[in-house]
Amino acid sequence: MFPRAFHYHRAGSLKEAATMLSQLGPEAKLLAGGQSLIPLMKLRFAGPPHLVDLNFIPGAAYVKQDAGGLRVGALTCHADIEDSPAAAAIPILHDCAAGIADVQIRNRGTIGGSLAEADPSGDWAPVLLTLNADVRCLGPKGERTVPISKFVVDAYTSALGEDELIIEVLIQAPPKSSGGAYIAFKRSAPVYASASAAVRLAMEDGVCRDAAIVLGAVGLTPVRALEAEAALRNNQVTAKTMEAAAEAARAAADPQPDMRGSAEYKRQLVTALVKRGLEVALKRARGEKVELSHIYA
Amino acid sequence: MPEQEQMVAIRVKVNGKEHKLQVEPRLLLVELLRENLDLTGTHIGCDTSYCGACTVLLNGKAVKSCTVLAVHADGGEVLTVEGLAKNGELHPIQKAFGDAYGLQCGYCTPGLLISTYQLLQRNANPSEKDIRKAIAGNTCRCTGYQNVFKAIKAAAKGA
Repeated sequence: MFPRAFHYHRAGSLKEAATMLSQLGPEAKLLAGGQSLIPLMKLRFAGPPHLVDLNFIPGAAYVKQDAGGLRVGALTCHADIEDSPAAAAIPILHDCAAGIADVQIRNRGTIGGSLAEADPSGDWAPVLLTLNADVRCLGPKGERTVPISKFVVDAYTSALGEDELIIEVLIQAPPKSSGGAYIAFKRSAPVYASASAAVRLAMEDGVCRDAAIVLGAVGLTPVRALEAEAALRNNQVTAKTMEAAAEAARAAADPQPDMRGSAEYKRQLVTALVKRGLEVALKRARGEKVELSHIYA
Repeated sequence: MPEQEQMVAIRVKVNGKEHKLQVEPRLLLVELLRENLDLTGTHIGCDTSYCGACTVLLNGKAVKSCTVLAVHADGGEVLTVEGLAKNGELHPIQKAFGDAYGLQCGYCTPGLLISTYQLLQRNANPSEKDIRKAIAGNTCRCTGYQNVFKAIKAAAKGA
């Protein structure tokens, strides 16, 4: 299968990419790792007349630790985040990066591309929502920083303007006594998750001071399970409160029945994933090292 | 749609050999290999970035060449299954796949060999879990995975 013919524009810098976008108009598309866009173009679901290629921009892929937190360049591929010692300090990032699709796709697909695509089943948005990450964007008028909660607008719709691109994701290191976990269930490695859960617990003297629970692939956007969070906040994290949170998360999920399973099946998944995620997050908050990964047959 | 087909000049090293080519931007890497360079060892399976039959190394990283544009290889290096054997001698990974019957129809084999090559380059002594993870993006519809596992373990011991 071939994509429809298009004009190819190779950007030499992020700034040049923004300029190209504004000159070429709204029909132009950005090409990062291409792991979503190229299949869409081959299937002729997308046929942009212009592609602005970001792959040859030097210095746009990195994971850096500085005083402001962790900085991840938009063009950083999932595999590089998986292998990054700086990212490993925030285990939920490794949970996510190491489980996205398969080795080959992680070698090409980028964090910026994934966020800009805003696929309801994407892995990064739920994870970054629990971390209150910021997305740095660049357009012809300059830079702006958008909180991730404002960045994801709707299914396949981000807050990016037509002539804007993501340049960096900023992640504040969570406090020491907190723990996070991301767990996704999928039918096989290369496919999107049937359901996923990202959780974060901030603990203090055995009591949960703050909690974030965000569900993926069970709504048009990631679903923040506020009642599930409330079930834990200012409580001890016990089997009983985790159960209550998982039940509240199940109620918050709004899944569509599709080839990945019925709505009821996906709700069941949510209950199990939230419970498992909370167990791991709690252990991590206590300083234990726990390995966690996407589940697939 | 562009009125006139745009051509892009690229330079790419494939299995150690330098090529200078003019390509359409929409040309996929797998088509460049198979059609322009006559390297038909890399297979097209699902053509939707699922099955991994088209796996090659691009700048040392395994990628699904049906989901990478040929222009992305510009200035880079590609290793295909044809580049594994040296001087008429099969690569130890290829030998191990043969010895362990790690293939049935053989369609997925070029991709599996390249994924194994990347795994063993990074991890000379992979665990069962490491192997599973490394070949999760390669589908074998004959479902001969058990022998593929044996082959990869044998190749790791021999490497």
